[in-house]
Amino acid sequence: MKLDPGILRKRRLMNRFMIGLFHLAMIVSIGVLAAILIKLVADGVHSLAPSVFTMSTPAPGSKGGLFNAIVGSVLVVFFAILFAVPIGVLAGTYLAEYGRDSRFGHVVRFCNDILLSAPSIITGLFIYGLVVLPVGHFSGWAGALALCFIALPVIIRTTEDMLRLVPDTLREATIALGCPYWKMIVSIGWRAARPGIVTGIILALARISGETAPLLFTSLNNQFTSFSMNAPLSTLPIVIFQFAMSPYRDWQQLAWVGSLLITVTVLALSIFARLFSRRKT
Amino acid sequence: MMEETAPAGTMASRNSNAFDQAKVPAAQRPRLVAFGSGFEPVFGLASRAAALLVVLVMAGIFATLCYQSFPAFKTFGLPFIFNSSWNPVTDKFGALPAVTGTLITSIVAVVCGAPLALGVAFYLNELCPFRLRSILTTTIELLAAIPSIIYGMWGLFVLVPIMSKIIQPAVINALGPLPLIGAFFQGPPFGIGMLTAGLILSIMILPFIASVSLQAFATVPVALREAAYGTGASVWEVCYRIILPYTKTGIIGAIMLGLGRALGETMAVTFVIGNAHRIQMSLFAPGTTISATLANEFTEAFGKMYLSSLLALGLILFAITFVVLVITRILLHSANRKIPV
Repeated sequence: MKLDPGILRKRRLMNRFMIGLFHLAMIVSIGVLAAILIKLVADGVHSLAPSVFTMSTPAPGSKGGLFNAIVGSVLVVFFAILFAVPIGVLAGTYLAEYGRDSRFGHVVRFCNDILLSAPSIITGLFIYGLVVLPVGHFSGWAGALALCFIALPVIIRTTEDMLRLVPDTLREATIALGCPYWKMIVSIGWRAARPGIVTGIILALARISGETAPLLFTSLNNQFTSFSMNAPLSTLPIVIFQFAMSPYRDWQQLAWVGSLLITVTVLALSIFARLFSRRKT
Repeated sequence: MMEETAPAGTMASRNSNAFDQAKVPAAQRPRLVAFGSGFEPVFGLASRAAALLVVLVMAGIFATLCYQSFPAFKTFGLPFIFNSSWNPVTDKFGALPAVTGTLITSIVAVVCGAPLALGVAFYLNELCPFRLRSILTTTIELLAAIPSIIYGMWGLFVLVPIMSKIIQPAVINALGPLPLIGAFFQGPPFGIGMLTAGLILSIMILPFIASVSLQAFATVPVALREAAYGTGASVWEVCYRIILPYTKTGIIGAIMLGLGRALGETMAVTFVIGNAHRIQMSLFAPGTTISATLANEFTEAFGKMYLSSLLALGLILFAITFVVLVITRILLHSANRKIPV
């Protein structure tokens, strides 16, 4: 059979063209990531002074830092994770062990999948209606609860996925030795799946560290230095939002510093989580 | 040594003799029930309760939003969704500008983001050198880790000036005079607006579409791909004729997931959309989305009707994303049922 050189040339050209486009897509994506990081470092680093960590958010035109926002963020995120980890791990365990094929398990899995990708702003509205309105004021607790419900689906999903990777023969061997079911889960299932579960928790931590939208309706903001979880609490993302949208140069500068801090934290957590899971499994 | 090699039965029978029930007090008898069995119901119940909480949260979101938005729907009725006025002074509210803004920005995001994401996925699947693969995959995933507020700030301070000085004037000159399409590219080049918001969204949803597509690509049987390469197919032909048809459902699911993400994205959009409650043909015009309206106006909302209307917007957003995510789930489930060979 004789090959038609025209068709061959056309196919080769098409192939070259599309491969070029694939490369272009890759370059554009990585280029945007690089552009964001470069801009953050360029605008954030030179305002990164010790006062950022020691002084509270200033009035426009005066000197200040982000101390209260950083502490507020740490508080809210800490309590959110504190609530989310036990609930999330237990619920994930239910899905992987007790309710693997039960009807209730399917319903839970469905709800969790929806919550995993539902807009975070909706969770904020939910807590606003559930906590802020009945209590009568915005509070750090409401913020922590909102973030908790955002971290929860992430933890549940990874816990279930990781427990399912544990071979059933291991489970059967443990049960055959007379071990109670819960003890099998704790000392065989959780132990085997630990690196994966920890990775999920770190990823959830990374996700809620930068969340802004749900905090708008829950912990709001506080221009004074206050660390009471019962009162409105200033957090880093909200302060960045307020300062970046403002017309004042010095506020915008602080917003860049805050953005740099958040991004470095979140990226470090995400990379650490991936390295952690890769090393252990 | 002797004890270890002795048959298992010997030990057991000796034990049962030594702890004869009549002679030994109850506390020293061997336990017939394994240690800790009493905790089993507690643990089982706790895990069930934790799982139930997920369902309660889901139901709670719907219930709360319905309850809070009831006054708005009662006053304005169903036309609330199709009304385009938004006037806090006269207490007249309609959802149409926000809803159309949400849909337009999300469609722009998918139209720009999906081809880009598929290009990235094909590159990682077919072209990428093996050593670089895991590093580049992680790099793409990091795009999803960057908080949305950072995208917003970057969009406002970097992308908006580029749009208003370079891209928008060029596009207005090139496409503006055209008969039908021209209507989408009219007006002064503010830099902010629907198109800018959509472009930022497209970058934000890219990692989700790419990574779910890659998962789908992994289900393509190796034999099928290699057979294609063996008969002389080019890289593009393998992508277009083998991988694409085989993973069609998964890819559509991935794009729907991206759409779901784009619909509810808040902070990134809020920075660059312009917050104008108007419906305009031009993609360069400032507009608003449901989430941007909520973020911008919620804390300043005074009056019961204003607040209730905002929560009604939230309910509409949740309903739209719910439908999109349910479709996504169905598609991805049927796609993942194919077992990788």
